[in-house]
Amino acid sequence: MNNANVFTRSVKWFVRLIQPKNSLNRSVWGDLVLIFALLLFGTFSAYPMIFIINNAFKPFNEIFIFPPKLFVRNPTLDNFIDLINLMADSWIPITRYVFNTLFITIVGTVGHVILASMAAYPLAKHTFRGSEALNKIIVYSLMFNATVTAIPGYVIMSELGLVDTYWAIILPAFAFSLGLYLMKNFMVQIPTLYIESAFIDGASHYQIFWKIVMPLVKPAWLTLTILSFQTLWGATGGQYIYDESLKPLSFALGQIVGGGIGRTGVVAAVSLFMMVVPVIVFIISQSSIIQTMAHSGIKE
Amino acid sequence: MGMKTVTFTKEEKKRRRQVEFQKNKPLYLLMSPYFVLFFVFTVLPVVTSILLSFSYFNMLELPTFAGWDNYRKLFFEDDVFMVAVKNTFMFAIITGPIGYFAAFLFAWLVNELKPKIRAFMTLVFYAPSISGGAYIIWKLMFSGDVYGYLNATLINWGIITEPIQWLQNPSYIPVIIIIVQLWMSLGVSFLAFVAGLQSVDRSLYEAGAVDGIRNRWQELWYITLPSMKPQLMFSAVIQITASLAIAEVAMQVAGFPSVENAGHTIVTHLIYHGTTKFELGYASAIATVLFIVMLGSNLLVQKFLRRVGT
Repeated sequence: MNNANVFTRSVKWFVRLIQPKNSLNRSVWGDLVLIFALLLFGTFSAYPMIFIINNAFKPFNEIFIFPPKLFVRNPTLDNFIDLINLMADSWIPITRYVFNTLFITIVGTVGHVILASMAAYPLAKHTFRGSEALNKIIVYSLMFNATVTAIPGYVIMSELGLVDTYWAIILPAFAFSLGLYLMKNFMVQIPTLYIESAFIDGASHYQIFWKIVMPLVKPAWLTLTILSFQTLWGATGGQYIYDESLKPLSFALGQIVGGGIGRTGVVAAVSLFMMVVPVIVFIISQSSIIQTMAHSGIKE
Repeated sequence: MGMKTVTFTKEEKKRRRQVEFQKNKPLYLLMSPYFVLFFVFTVLPVVTSILLSFSYFNMLELPTFAGWDNYRKLFFEDDVFMVAVKNTFMFAIITGPIGYFAAFLFAWLVNELKPKIRAFMTLVFYAPSISGGAYIIWKLMFSGDVYGYLNATLINWGIITEPIQWLQNPSYIPVIIIIVQLWMSLGVSFLAFVAGLQSVDRSLYEAGAVDGIRNRWQELWYITLPSMKPQLMFSAVIQITASLAIAEVAMQVAGFPSVENAGHTIVTHLIYHGTTKFELGYASAIATVLFIVMLGSNLLVQKFLRRVGT
């Protein structure tokens, strides 16, 4: 009896640490299952990240140790120094690759989030000639495999004179279907009353879109920012960009990865580097989702 | 007389259409930048591919008309395609629903946490999707020599004496692909659910507590799920397309081609014909068939989802 009491109290104490104060209708057993599931699957999921972080700081002999160890014992910066030396030898300066990737990723992400949201608002909150067809086409387009559209895609790019420019990656990214579909599904939830009353008060569609709709779907476009950033950050531009000085960072780093077993340490450093930037963007946008929405939600 | 009335209605219709267009002009303008690019870079290539599926096309010579030939070959002569279809459906039926529920379940669990811990745990669960090349770990795990984690552990415990060639054995390959695919399933739909849960009106929960909702399960079924229908629809579409298009995981884990085609799917079949054999007409036919399968599954699931919370 007493034991059970201590147990219940320690669970409650731990729950208070991790759960917001105003949670309603929560039982101790439910909380216990919650904590257990989070810990168990969390460890499982975090594994690759822990692996990549540790490997990047392992000295050469530890990387090849058998049986392999997850955690680094004598951390070193050797892998990063090797990476910098390798990049210094390449005839295109590394800063050029970094610029290419940043340009493509930032312009592509900002453009996609804005254009997709602009297109999503009419489709989510209005019916007009063609709206139903457009809604359907967006969903259908998610279902067609990209391998077979690569060749027609290339023909279009070269007809438009876009091969060997940043725009070969950026323009298609502006119009990815996933973003529009995501934004549309969040905008559908906004009460039509909000929009109608703003319209009666004399607001234009542009004002409604920018001042009412976008702030209400902030969690959606912050999520889309993560997804788009991640995709473009990893884009190699393989089939469209042949000019070495225009190639993105992930292509250049891919060359290093292809350099054989002697470069395993450098590859580990590369993996960490390629992971860190999207993770930072992820953390920033996830915490802003939570800050803005903590006390509101969409009210009917 | 009758003629006149008809012309009048036509004119009237035209005028009405113009008025309607004028009224909706800002909406069309808002959509136009996206849709111009979308038609040029997505719709046009897709339509071209569907047309190419009725042709022989080796990428060196111009395509020649083939009628239904590619489709006939696909369904009646290609035994490997049938293996691919069987594998794809098996993978999809297991990983699709489980992945979907897992994405929602973990988003819901994470949503119970304090803001800072929640952001951290979201990252932890999303880790397999953001830390590119996460397959290396699974290869180490199932490596066929005694140094593979699984073999080492099993030998240590005395369960087996000889290492097992996990990734070369056709009876283990599908199981391993399913495990890895499930492990990667907290991706786009997971993030959509996390964001969706943040958009649910908090006051509904307070009102629910007053109205007699007594535990978190009732709260989930009567308040949370009905408020999240759009996200449930969105993730269902994403999950269907992802689970019927399993290829990356299969190729990375089981190799390409895999032993006895145990990891062969519709999409790896398509990649094989499109990029290794340069039969683009045939590959396009495969893509078109897959597209129709996805459409069908989507209609089915949408019908089911309309009943949530009722």
